[in-house]
Amino acid sequence: MKAVTAASQDAAIPAEWRDFVALTKPRVMSLVVFTGLCGLLVAPVRMHPVLAFTAVLCIALGAGAAAALNMWYEADLDARMKRTAGRPLPAGRMERQSALHFGVGLSFFSVILMGVATNWLAASILAVSILFYVLVYTIWLKRRTPQNIVIGGAAGAFPPVIGWAAATGDVTLLPALLFLLIFLWTPPHFWALSLFVRSDYAAAGVPMLPVVAGAAATRRQIFFYSLPMAAAAVSPWPLGLAGPLYGAAASALSLVFVAMALQILANKAAEPAGMAPEKRLFGFSILYLFALFGALVADRWLIP
Amino acid sequence: MSQRDDEVRRRQRGRAIVMALALGAFVILMYLITIARMSGG
Repeated sequence: MKAVTAASQDAAIPAEWRDFVALTKPRVMSLVVFTGLCGLLVAPVRMHPVLAFTAVLCIALGAGAAAALNMWYEADLDARMKRTAGRPLPAGRMERQSALHFGVGLSFFSVILMGVATNWLAASILAVSILFYVLVYTIWLKRRTPQNIVIGGAAGAFPPVIGWAAATGDVTLLPALLFLLIFLWTPPHFWALSLFVRSDYAAAGVPMLPVVAGAAATRRQIFFYSLPMAAAAVSPWPLGLAGPLYGAAASALSLVFVAMALQILANKAAEPAGMAPEKRLFGFSILYLFALFGALVADRWLIP
Repeated sequence: MSQRDDEVRRRQRGRAIVMALALGAFVILMYLITIARMSGG
């Protein structure tokens, strides 16, 4: 009884500024900022450093805005999962309306600033990515289909395209391939995670693939996605869009990724304790994406 | 009651300071963007 009173009082007083920062999921943002920056750096047009900084800032703020709107919509769901129960809304440290206003305000701010500082194509793609993440992924599909991760992956694949568009004002084959790479990378990455944290998603009623289709089907899907993902990762090299440094790095890293996906395919464990291959692929998948984009930038800037 | 008021004041002060810093940074950024766009052409 006492706890309930305390919580309702907390919600009525203004939230701490730190909780607004927490709404933007700062830890997820690092990969978004990195891939956005790389998209900008591999573009054939040199940007003024201030405008490049602003473009990356806008990508980060747009991602933060989308995250805040995601938390606004999913407060009930977050309250049912251990991993997310401590977020500002489910923990009762902030009113739901505040998160909505913050998210909408930050969305407009990031899109308009992007348009003013760079160009309106980049700003439009940024707006589409925010709307896609919030409306298509969070509100429409996440709770309805086990393919939610595939759709969510598309939202996470926009940053390099936005970075490229900010620099050049157009979108060509290379940024499209980078989009495809992240799009195909996301399902194996998240399904590996969802295999060993399955119980948590089940408790929240999210139709994650392991919950709906079982571990064996999820492992097959991880492997089947890793093949076109590897092809998308390597393809800029034979297409002449990247040099041999990137080609070698992409081939080696993708080979390791597919080998790890094969180990998962062979794994029969039903409990998280026996899921060492899944945990290994999840850890490696983050390194994989950072290394691939890093190699692409190195290839463009170090080799004349 | 006063303890609650103190907490409200403390949070308002924190938010006001962060907002002021963000606005200051925004003004400086807009200035730099303007210079960059005028010089870049």
